[in-house]
Amino acid sequence: MSALLEIREATKVFGGLTAVNKVSFDVKQGQIVGLIGPNGAGKTTVFNLITGNYRADGGTITFDGRSLAGLRTHRIVQLGIARTFQNIRLFQQLSAVENVLAGRHCRTGAGALAAMLRLPGQRREEREAAERAAAELSFVGLRGQAMELARNLSYGNQRKLEIARALATDPRLVILDEPAGGMNENETEELIGLIRRIQARGITVLLIEHDMSLVMKACENIVVLEYGARIAMGPPEAVKQDRRVIEAYLGTDEELA
Amino acid sequence: MSRRLLAGYLAVAVLIGCTPLFLDAYWVDVLCNVGLYALLALSLNLILGDAGLFHMGHAAFYAVGAYTAAILNTRLQLPILWALPIAGLAAAIFGAIVARPVIHLRGDYLLIVTIGMGEIVRIALVNDLGGLTGGSNGIFGIGRPSLFGWKLRRPDEFLYLIWGFVALTVFLFHRLAQSRFGRALNTLREDEVAAEGSGVDTARYKLMAFVMGAAWAGMTGSIYAAKMTIISPESFSFWESVVVFVIVILGGAGSIPGVILGAFLVIGLPEIFRGLASYRMLFFGLALMVMMVVRPQGFLPLRPVRFREADVPPEGAAP
Repeated sequence: MSALLEIREATKVFGGLTAVNKVSFDVKQGQIVGLIGPNGAGKTTVFNLITGNYRADGGTITFDGRSLAGLRTHRIVQLGIARTFQNIRLFQQLSAVENVLAGRHCRTGAGALAAMLRLPGQRREEREAAERAAAELSFVGLRGQAMELARNLSYGNQRKLEIARALATDPRLVILDEPAGGMNENETEELIGLIRRIQARGITVLLIEHDMSLVMKACENIVVLEYGARIAMGPPEAVKQDRRVIEAYLGTDEELA
Repeated sequence: MSRRLLAGYLAVAVLIGCTPLFLDAYWVDVLCNVGLYALLALSLNLILGDAGLFHMGHAAFYAVGAYTAAILNTRLQLPILWALPIAGLAAAIFGAIVARPVIHLRGDYLLIVTIGMGEIVRIALVNDLGGLTGGSNGIFGIGRPSLFGWKLRRPDEFLYLIWGFVALTVFLFHRLAQSRFGRALNTLREDEVAAEGSGVDTARYKLMAFVMGAAWAGMTGSIYAAKMTIISPESFSFWESVVVFVIVILGGAGSIPGVILGAFLVIGLPEIFRGLASYRMLFFGLALMVMMVVRPQGFLPLRPVRFREADVPPEGAAP
């Protein structure tokens, strides 16, 4: 059986810099996969290639057997890949529930005319979208803050709201870019629970994270990047022992000498 | 819509409805103008306030609507109010065609292009486009509108036509604001990358904002043509686009009551201070500058949360 997401020799060049150099890896249905590496290794660039924010300069990315080449981001979301952002990108002036409703956009269809006439189908759709948004807010534990403006939420809650917005799009794969960034230990622990509950819903998770305790605890498979190239891949135990990974993170003996 | 806002709208509606009883024809005509600008500002608000697209060529859509209605009326003897939906459609199509190649531009770049678009339309009209627009003299002899066999002539009759259309527009636009469509426009204004990443087709919705805004400006144009019975390119100058832009920003971008208040302030106040003659524009400019420093969000800014607590189901079912 082929994997849900297959990345084959994906390459991205910015001017003279090869940010991602022939990176290949698979994400299997139902797994939690971590993408790690030192700063500037090209992790977020890989994410942006998957979600269509960047065009690849080489290689292929297939999702559920379908090539994502040339598709615009909202189409990729519609196919079932949702994401969060490294530097939180919420709709700051909208309330939490309106942020989550934005995620329902691609699964609903009422247009301007239906809205102005309040056709029965439009009203039903609005009600269902509101129910789903409320349920997603409960899922991440923000139901009580539904009416708060996104910008008034705490940092950790903003991260959770981004996850709720992503989940509202009915994804099969969610891509989380440093979900624990700026969180304290308790919040990170809670986040691991949340990620497991996402997996329990049958949603595959791919995440970038610097917090090694989270990666080692939550992920079943880890891909390590350095200077845009994949240097290791496998289960946490194996990756932890890998000589090149240790060198990438701690430096080599020669450098120390 | 909250109860307070509804009460406010009703109070304004009753007040305007009664004005012909105690105001003379001149002031009723001023109120008609305020209504026309309120309509233009409401339509621009979809583009500038809701979607956050800097568009300073709105007079072009207004002109396309006015000229479409005027040409249909004078050449084909189509009753002017029948031409209203056609004028809206013509302006919407025009809006879609001119906006398509430029909507990927951001902020001030889009602003400059839309200013250019407005000027191109005005100059095309002056040059008697296709022998239809009458050059700089414009088109005259546009038929009076009639509603259910009642011919509209006096300012107070137009007052009811114009403000009736304002009321309808406010009603429809409030519904639009609280819908999937309205929320999609808001996500564009807040963060385009996040909007696209949440599954909103940003290019399509930017275009739709222009199409809807242009359609309403076009319909307003046909009412203007009906009221004036004569239209010429100078009614659709760059200055008109600036005035409508200022109304939206001053009143409160994205806020429907704010935009209506803006129309009263920008169009109505200078009339009240007409006694100050040439100084009034000086005061007007000064007021604008003070406003931008003291209250940049506008007089009646957008009340951020449109989706009410009552609309969200209680805690319970898991997704």
